[in-house]
Amino acid sequence: MDTIIAPGTAATFDVARIRQDFPILSTTVHGKPLTFLDSGASAQKPRAVIEAMTRCLETSYANVHRGAYALSEAATEAYEAARVAVQRFLGAAEPEEIVFTSNSTVAINLVAHSYGRGVLKPGQFVLTSEIEHHANMVPWQMLRDENRGIGLRYVRVNDRGELDLDDLAAKLADGKVGLVAVTHMSNVLGTVTPAAQIARMAHAAGAKVLFDGSQAAVHRHVDVAAIDADFYVFTGHKLYGPTGIGVLYGKRALLDAMPPFLGGGDMIGSVTLERTTYAEAPARFEAGTPPIVEAVGLHAAIDYVTTLGMGAIEAHERALVDHAMAVLPRIEGLTLIGGAQDRGGVFAFSLDGVHPHDLSTYLDRHGIAVRAGRHCAEPLHARFGLEGGTTRASFGLYTTAEEIDLLTVKLTEARKFFA
Amino acid sequence: MNEAASPSGAGDIADLYSRTLRELARDPAHQGRPASFDATARGDNPMCGDRVDIYVSLDGERIREARHVARGCEICQASASLLTALVPGMTRAETTDLGRRAAGIAKTGIGDDSNDGLRRLSVFAVVHKFPSRVKCVTLAWNALDAALAGVKETSSE
Ligand SMILES: Cc1ncc(COP(=O)(O)O)c(C=O)c1O
Repeated sequence: MDTIIAPGTAATFDVARIRQDFPILSTTVHGKPLTFLDSGASAQKPRAVIEAMTRCLETSYANVHRGAYALSEAATEAYEAARVAVQRFLGAAEPEEIVFTSNSTVAINLVAHSYGRGVLKPGQFVLTSEIEHHANMVPWQMLRDENRGIGLRYVRVNDRGELDLDDLAAKLADGKVGLVAVTHMSNVLGTVTPAAQIARMAHAAGAKVLFDGSQAAVHRHVDVAAIDADFYVFTGHKLYGPTGIGVLYGKRALLDAMPPFLGGGDMIGSVTLERTTYAEAPARFEAGTPPIVEAVGLHAAIDYVTTLGMGAIEAHERALVDHAMAVLPRIEGLTLIGGAQDRGGVFAFSLDGVHPHDLSTYLDRHGIAVRAGRHCAEPLHARFGLEGGTTRASFGLYTTAEEIDLLTVKLTEARKFFA
Repeated sequence: MNEAASPSGAGDIADLYSRTLRELARDPAHQGRPASFDATARGDNPMCGDRVDIYVSLDGERIREARHVARGCEICQASASLLTALVPGMTRAETTDLGRRAAGIAKTGIGDDSNDGLRRLSVFAVVHKFPSRVKCVTLAWNALDAALAGVKETSSE
């Protein structure tokens, strides 16, 4: 984009106006205005995203990289422009370091497959943590269980829900860890991990580092160069973009050294019946027709949040977190899980005597959408003795303090109702 | 304001958590692991963490006693509770049939008063207005079926 748009500041962050950009926020549920507190699972979409995708489908849709005709060229241009938008959003050095996948899960599986199977050596370990989403745990367990001699270690989490950095150091100490794969922000505890410090520790021990930025990239300005991340992943649908598109950032030299993940069209150099040579990154990792319209939608979502300003979004959400921290613990019978120093707008809690499922049904009837269960983080729930699950409220850039207050009132009522 | 697309359910919260259902959920009569039993199985709902253990003692083909240990929501507990009250005296074929009917009542909202057991199971008819909660009714029945089939674990999925 050539025009310079002054990024918003907290002072100019007009949440009432911003909410009007999201058509779904003016609907009702069970006759009550929608209070959407499940953005951590998937965020709602601004009109800019919806319209960009519609416009693409109506005026410039064709397959990419395959046709020498105007529509295909326009689609290819739009797809590659999305890559540049992601590159700038993450502070990556080159667009070639951005691989489009279908979500975070596939991005992590790509690294587990190509880097894990192609680059890591027998005797090396992957080091992940107890607070991970299953997406950043199960692929590493699968790699371990293939008997390639690649082991798996877990960084412990302390009672506040923070990564235990002494334990991280201890588990890196023997120099056998080849890859550290940890979250940049927990989808249950809201904990934001000290990414730059983790990367420094990993690099000093000779390991590469992958961050699961599925949550962090939505709530903070992320700069992969400043963090010195080797790999960074996020998923479009949580960043106010469409489902079906995710991102893997990888340092150029690492991607170049990795074998392909899936085989097929678009990822080849040349194919004969005997042998195939592979395209350079990122094409090497984008087999098959990619998510074209979704890339256009993600581009629009990135333009949307960067026009508001990631700093302004962060400041708005920080005020919401402070407000929630002030009011939620005052609710009788409510226990917040974790209490990290550095946290974002994700709150998992239990309410004495009320099962999370019953609670979420109760809240739903008042128009409030929260999530109940274990949020794809069973080991984390076991760690905190909460096998039966928790209830989670998570915020987006459109969340208001009034919504948190409504939640507070309804939680108190629910406790009486189920008493 | 437009109403967001919502499932068939416009059910009121007080309809779902009726007094009958809530009393069932708390009924201690058939709760707890028995000292001895002939078959057991565990039902897990991996999404929410609900878990029901069913224990049965048999007289030949027929259930003499059934007990449960349920860690779950009120609907899940009420279902386990009613199941263990209803199945003594039944064969596996009979409990499988009753379990299907219980699921049918929860899914369709159509109660059945052709006998006392079905009449009591009709407390779950309201669940059809809360589609995501049908699994909470069926979990205990799946576990019973697994126990009688000699399978140790089953899930709501
Ligand atoms: C921390 C974290 N990692 C990974 C994922 C997986 O994202 P996706 O399902 O889009 O692959 C999620 C969201 O579900 C998440 O919160």
